[in-house]
Amino acid sequence: MKIAVCIKRVPDSETRVKIAADGKSIDEAGVKFVMNPYDEFAVEEALRRKEKAGTGEVAVFCLGPAAAQETIRTALATGADRGVLLQTDKIPHDPFEAAKIIAAELKGTNWDLILFGRMAIDDCNTQVGTLVAELLGLPCVTAVSHLDIDGTKGVAEREIEGGIEVVDFSLPAVLTTDKGLNEPRYPALKGIMAAKKKPLEVKTAQPGAGALEVVALTPPPERKEGKIVGEGAGAVGELVRLLREEAKVL
Amino acid sequence: MTTLAVLEQRDGTLRKVSYEVVTAAARLGSVVDAVVCTAAGPEGCAGAIAERAKSGGYGAVVFAATATGKDLAARVAAKFGLGVAMDVTDLSVEGDTIIATRPVYAGKAMQKVRVLGKPAVISVRPGVFTASPGVQASLAKPESLSVASPGRVVVREIKAAPVGTLDVAEAQVIISGGRGLKEPANFKVLEELARAFGGRAAVGASRAVVDAGWRAHADQVGQTGKTVSPSLYIAVGISGAIQHLAGMRTSKVIVAINKDKDAPIFKVADYGVVGDLFEIVPKLTEEIRKLHG
Repeated sequence: MKIAVCIKRVPDSETRVKIAADGKSIDEAGVKFVMNPYDEFAVEEALRRKEKAGTGEVAVFCLGPAAAQETIRTALATGADRGVLLQTDKIPHDPFEAAKIIAAELKGTNWDLILFGRMAIDDCNTQVGTLVAELLGLPCVTAVSHLDIDGTKGVAEREIEGGIEVVDFSLPAVLTTDKGLNEPRYPALKGIMAAKKKPLEVKTAQPGAGALEVVALTPPPERKEGKIVGEGAGAVGELVRLLREEAKVL
Repeated sequence: MTTLAVLEQRDGTLRKVSYEVVTAAARLGSVVDAVVCTAAGPEGCAGAIAERAKSGGYGAVVFAATATGKDLAARVAAKFGLGVAMDVTDLSVEGDTIIATRPVYAGKAMQKVRVLGKPAVISVRPGVFTASPGVQASLAKPESLSVASPGRVVVREIKAAPVGTLDVAEAQVIISGGRGLKEPANFKVLEELARAFGGRAAVGASRAVVDAGWRAHADQVGQTGKTVSPSLYIAVGISGAIQHLAGMRTSKVIVAINKDKDAPIFKVADYGVVGDLFEIVPKLTEEIRKLHG
């Protein structure tokens, strides 16, 4: 099994977002960066597929700044074989520009599977995997929460509103992974040591501007200050009255 | 500008979000053509939609930001060499440029983007573009696209969730539980409250209880789960981690029930009740039943 996993370095989900002086991006001072949580499922799935096959390669690709080497090392520490950083200080706002760079890098190798997280939790674009699949002419299944592969036949489950879709596809394919697919492992000390010696290639990427242009980044609308209605079950009557008469939601 | 609205249909019925897609598309131009694709494969549908978009010369193609819509939108955009303005919550036209607003960092910030692609490919968040009454009537018979082959990815089956359960992304009322529920079986008190709302409510969950295996991931509200905007969000035994608040802060009205009066959840709640949820929630269920009795 030859598997490519595409990951992204994003602010940790506990980050308090502050808008930078340019009014278009976030202030990165003091922000802790991690591997995008949905990408952890992609890395884990790749490792399990390779382990099951008994042979193959898991290669990790990341479009991001120099500091994303650390994110790649995290994946190497859990067991991936090698990493490639497509280095740029400016991750394009247009996901198609990101997809073009990643697709160009993946092209020409016969991957059995190309995995992405279903969405990056920073720009929430939810599409780079699909765009890469289209650029490479490969079948794509998004938001996979259960996966069976037998030879070149795959069956995936994906959550849709109010149900689960069961999808047949054939390999090679691009899949984007959702929570529920697996339980990602933590890197062990031995893995962390080994990761330092694994190959990590750095290539310069020059993304174009694309057709989605950010005008402004603003804080979400403030919620007006609420009130404590009271304590205990005795406050429920007043709560219901307020929901009916003031908030008008009952 | 003429726009193409891509509707969603299941079991022969248009889904509610379809009307919202048409409402959003109408913000961009007075002429909206509506199509639906019922083929069992996203590749086949994407091909048919892209072809229709091309031949019709539309300025924008609008999808619902649902599991199906997001997937299709990206496939169609790629065929035009474009990305999608995904999960948009506001749309306007300035001159001849479309401006879309979309929550990023799961709602911790709002990004305003110029959508310069021709056509502009956009998906709109369910529950945001409230459908005007006229829309429903105008869509009695949307054009159904014909697809020669479903493609290489084929939907074999849809396993429907049990009857009566509502998806948190689509419910008007969400009652979410966290670690304060103490054990998985105690979620029945929330399920009873949800039932009292008579089919309008869904039970959600915090990341902590989903990670602990108490609830399904489909129910998780927050930055690594679903971002929701119901009319009423009731957070029960949830302290209010930043990633959870990000996922529910756009709810119309937020109620928090927690024993810790200093819990961060009270900072975003419109109404808070401090105390033992096992006394408060059953009492609330009783009161709601009376209202809907």
